[in-house]
Amino acid sequence: MATDDILTLEDVVGGYGKQTILNGLSFGVRRGAITTVIGPNGAGKSTAFKAVFGILAVKAGRILFDGQEITNRPPRQLIADGICYVPQGRNIFSELSVAHNLELGAAAAPPDFPLKQRMEAAMDRFPVLRKKAGQQASTLSGGEQKMLEIARGLMLDPKLMLIDEPSIGLSPILVGELFDLLRDMRSRGITVLMIEQNAKRALENSDYGVVLELGRTRIQDRAEKILADPRIAQLFLGGGLEPAPA
Amino acid sequence: MMVSKKTLAVAAMALSVVFLLVAPFLFKPYGVFILSTWVVMTIAAIGLNLTLGYAGQVSLAQAAFVGIGSYITAYLTTRGWPFWSTYMLAGTSCFIVGWLLGYPALRVQHHYLAFVTLAFNTLVYLIFRNEEWLTRGIYGIMNIPRPEVLGWSMAKPIPFYYFLLAHLALISAATWALIQSPWGRAFIAVRENPIRALSLGVDTRRYTLMAFALGAGLGGISGSLYAALVQFIDPTPFALGLSLNLLLMVIVGGSGYFFGPFLGAVVAVLLPEWLRFAQGYYLMGYAALVMLLMIFCPTGLLGFADRLLTPKAKSDSGPNPVLPDSAAPQKAAG
Repeated sequence: MATDDILTLEDVVGGYGKQTILNGLSFGVRRGAITTVIGPNGAGKSTAFKAVFGILAVKAGRILFDGQEITNRPPRQLIADGICYVPQGRNIFSELSVAHNLELGAAAAPPDFPLKQRMEAAMDRFPVLRKKAGQQASTLSGGEQKMLEIARGLMLDPKLMLIDEPSIGLSPILVGELFDLLRDMRSRGITVLMIEQNAKRALENSDYGVVLELGRTRIQDRAEKILADPRIAQLFLGGGLEPAPA
Repeated sequence: MMVSKKTLAVAAMALSVVFLLVAPFLFKPYGVFILSTWVVMTIAAIGLNLTLGYAGQVSLAQAAFVGIGSYITAYLTTRGWPFWSTYMLAGTSCFIVGWLLGYPALRVQHHYLAFVTLAFNTLVYLIFRNEEWLTRGIYGIMNIPRPEVLGWSMAKPIPFYYFLLAHLALISAATWALIQSPWGRAFIAVRENPIRALSLGVDTRRYTLMAFALGAGLGGISGSLYAALVQFIDPTPFALGLSLNLLLMVIVGGSGYFFGPFLGAVVAVLLPEWLRFAQGYYLMGYAALVMLLMIFCPTGLLGFADRLLTPKAKSDSGPNPVLPDSAAPQKAAG
């Protein structure tokens, strides 16, 4: 793997109970870039994220972040290391207010963390969150909730954001705004690793792409090359890839 | 909505405080005793509401903590220890035991956890009953003295009632402060979705144990006060029945609502007394009432009130449902 990779997976094996989903998964994530992971259902995309984030036990192989081995580190420690994870679907705490949701983004912060200033900064960046700061988070629209999740993830200045299917349930206009936001994060030096069903649109907004199938990496390349690869269309229109030449 | 929820809540609270302050002069000694029991049980229920209502950890062991607190105070005060030292000891011992009981909750949840805590309650009850050398078993411990405060004797019912009421006020204020702090938010986050909380770096393990420990500590304090109130204790009141009754208080009042336990204890402690005119039928009437309550307001009395007073815009998304400010932070405002 290239030396400027911020995250590296090496032959990672993991799964649920006796069922393994990741069968020796390896790929690298280039520092300061947007990388999209695509692949058919069941390929192990979300599972890979959970394995990186310490929610799912890695049975074999190792994961490196910023040159350090982080295999099976607990989430709280990974957050302190500079990784944040925005899972698929809704992740807000609906009973808490918007401001209190944001505050929970700093749950793993050190004691001297300037919480007030950081919350102000987050609300400056996402004015809608300031407007609705006192409201129960369940009253936000789907797009606003995603914004809240991302703002919450940015509270501790992560180096790497793992974001799983951020565009689900958003209108095309909001998906555009979301990708703008991810590109803005990249310009601030944050590495983004995302999973997307909407592969074409995601790859158009990414620097690199990783194609997974059956818990292994099949293709890893620059996003535009993957977009141009005729095998990708085939992969997403049903059927697997042709057996890889030995 | 003409009157805001906040105004109504403040008015109801002010009225209740006034009532509680003048109540001893309106009732006979038995009435004062029942009100005092209400205060003590409310404190235990506030503890359980932290564990169950806010942090979402099912516990059927609250009676065990009330019992441990009671026995500590009963055993030591009858051997000459000052009340306050036994009171502190009751609170801290239960805090520690509650912390330890929290460990199973890190592994099992919901009804499995209910059974773990139920077994613990039974175990503690059996110790109270069978270990005569320590607890005097079914003979119980008699002549438990009431404390003095700054040289004033609390022995008479009315001063002791105010003594209890002052405790309730202080404990309520401390609990309120806790719930409004980041701790309270972390409890709610752990209840709403532990995995989600974990992936934000919330130390779910610590908060789960703390929820048990704090709830148990308040149970112990309640027990210590209970011993001084009744002045004679035996194992019977601390059997599983009381745990279920405390659970009823939390659920009927409104689990996760700050004032839920206060109201729940009214239903569980005062209502049976008021229904006594029905003589043999009063328990049947009481049971029927609780069933009706649960059918029509499963979120408890305060959940029901919340629903009545919240403007109908309760949609999840959609264009800007405007909630009144009082509804904003969380439902704890109830």
